[in-house]
Amino acid sequence: MRVVVCVKHVPDIQSERRFRADGLLERGGDDDTLNELDEDALEAGLRLVEAHPPAEGDDPHDVVVLTVGPAAAVDALRRGLAMGATTAVHVLDAGVEGSDALATARVLGAAVAALHAESPVDVVVAGMAGLDGLTSLVPAALAAVLDWPQLTLADRIDVDPAARTVEVRRETSTAVETLTAPLPVVVSVTDQAFRARFPAFTGILAARKAPVRVLDLAALGLDPATVGLQGSTTRVLETSERPERPDRVLVTDDGSAALALADYLAQKGFA
Amino acid sequence: MSTTVLVLVDHEGARVHPTATELLTLARSLADDVRAVWIDEGPTGPDAAARELLGRFGASGVVPVQVTGADPHLTATVVDGLRAVLGAVPASLLLLGSTFEDREVAARLAVLTGGGVVTGATTVVRDGDGRFVAGKEVLAGSWSSRCAITGDLAVVTVKPHSTQAVPVDAPVAAVAAEPVVVEASAAARAVTVVERAPRPASDRPSLADAEVVVVGGRGTNGDFAPLEELADVLGGAVGATRVATDEGWIGHEAQVGQTGVTISPRLYVGAGVSGAVHHRGGMDAAVTVVAVNEDPDAPIFEFADYGIVGDLTEVVPALTQELRRRREARAGS
Ligand SMILES: Cc1cc2nc3c(=O)[nH]c(=O)nc-3n(C[C@H](O)[C@H](O)[C@H](O)COP(=O)(O)OP(=O)(O)OC[C@H]3O[C@@H](n4cnc5c(N)ncnc54)[C@H](O)[C@@H]3O)c2cc1C
Repeated sequence: MRVVVCVKHVPDIQSERRFRADGLLERGGDDDTLNELDEDALEAGLRLVEAHPPAEGDDPHDVVVLTVGPAAAVDALRRGLAMGATTAVHVLDAGVEGSDALATARVLGAAVAALHAESPVDVVVAGMAGLDGLTSLVPAALAAVLDWPQLTLADRIDVDPAARTVEVRRETSTAVETLTAPLPVVVSVTDQAFRARFPAFTGILAARKAPVRVLDLAALGLDPATVGLQGSTTRVLETSERPERPDRVLVTDDGSAALALADYLAQKGFA
Repeated sequence: MSTTVLVLVDHEGARVHPTATELLTLARSLADDVRAVWIDEGPTGPDAAARELLGRFGASGVVPVQVTGADPHLTATVVDGLRAVLGAVPASLLLLGSTFEDREVAARLAVLTGGGVVTGATTVVRDGDGRFVAGKEVLAGSWSSRCAITGDLAVVTVKPHSTQAVPVDAPVAAVAAEPVVVEASAAARAVTVVERAPRPASDRPSLADAEVVVVGGRGTNGDFAPLEELADVLGGAVGATRVATDEGWIGHEAQVGQTGVTISPRLYVGAGVSGAVHHRGGMDAAVTVVAVNEDPDAPIFEFADYGIVGDLTEVVPALTQELRRRREARAGS
């Protein structure tokens, strides 16, 4: 089985995050990390192959971690290798900078297609969101780019290698569903069911020295006009730090706070 | 040149989801020609009451859509329907809600049409060049951004309550257009629904739509009853932090935050909630934030409009009782 896990290197959510003057998020700080939700995606990918040990004579499984990002994003790949991924692929090209979610999906799609052409990919796994932009657009966009079925927000994934199908369980806002589709597919996973393993020390050491395959836009056959800022169909016009909420009240309860709060709510029209 | 804006109507059977009235109101501020898109299992479209409601909030027409051969709730199916509508009704903007499903529809549609997407918008305007510009809160509410859409089709998912639904002056029921009936694409047919169990209906408003949300965290110690009572006097919904749902104190569907439901109520009340950035990312568009926490250094006090340092087991029931007392006094007078 060949699984590709899409991972993103993002500013630490606990750090002081900011936008640059050109409207792009400041990246590449020392605190940048592997998006936590992608750790769950990798965990899901690792469990998929572990559930089906290769038969004698079969090719070993391959769990590829794939990222699109600046040079520093290699750290996300190393973290993925430390957790157990077998291959790391980095799409690195100055032309990629400024890509919005859909342009990023085009790059990821081209990379998955290139890997698929070399040796078939069965499942692409993505996290439910990037903790930077929080759009959750990429998994569905990637499925559309590849024209593969999408099974998103899964909290259970079972592959049937013989039937070449995958079954997922998911919770939508209105229902709990079980869906199936033929391989290859794009799945995304929630943060509910795939609590990521902690890499072993030996894994961390090995990951430092493991090779990382670097691909640029030319290698993917991508026209630079279709990615980056110029290939994006959204353009950030302005970003600004939000002012603190004005007129904030903080009281310590002396037994009367509930009454004062009731007054406040009444004044706001809620009571 | 006149502009057409489409609004994807979220509905359960004949019942129109309240977000549709907000989206129609917003659409009206951007174009004279506002059409509602009604995707359903059959081609008959909305009933008279629903058409009346859609018309009251500004839809001049409603396009009934049936996609045959695939499950109507799947993203790919909805997108098949929308593409067929766009073939018949050229539009420059599609507005839809902001659930995970809405965002997936937006992503797929934009990829297949060369469109551009902004998710979780709280404002949409048109700039001097005729482009649609969406405003939103980002980085867990600490920043805001404005983003122009340059693609052929602008697709914007809009947060609930960011526009107040206002009826038109002289309402007329939306006229149902000729139904658009299309066959599902291979991508939609590839996915089979083995099982679907709808969530049980509740008497409280749904979390994503509620104007008031009372959220409980670890500080509740598992007792959500006082929060439910407060939510009921305020006519609101009950939400929770991930700690509370992980503990099994309340179902996962109640989780508010970046990996749970995104809410944008007019009033958020957090009880025993620390205000972690993961939580804040799902509620940063709340208009008024109230917090009860016994730790004066809890991060939630950094963004609460009204904070009480105190024990929620005392403050919450006392507040409920006081609100009830006032209501009864008003009813009695
Ligand atoms: C990838 C990822 C995604 C996440 N997604 C989400 C998400 O979507 N939503 C979410 O909520 N969290 C999410 N989290 C978890 C988040 O980081 C926090 O751990 C969580 O929000 C904290 O929940 P809490 O406020 O209930 O608990 P705590 O942080 O433990 O806070 C409990 C608070 O209750 C107060 N308290 C205790 N007793 C009382 C009392 N009697 N009266 C008043 N106050 C009291 C304490 O002072 C404390 O401030 C995510 C985490 C990760 C890693």
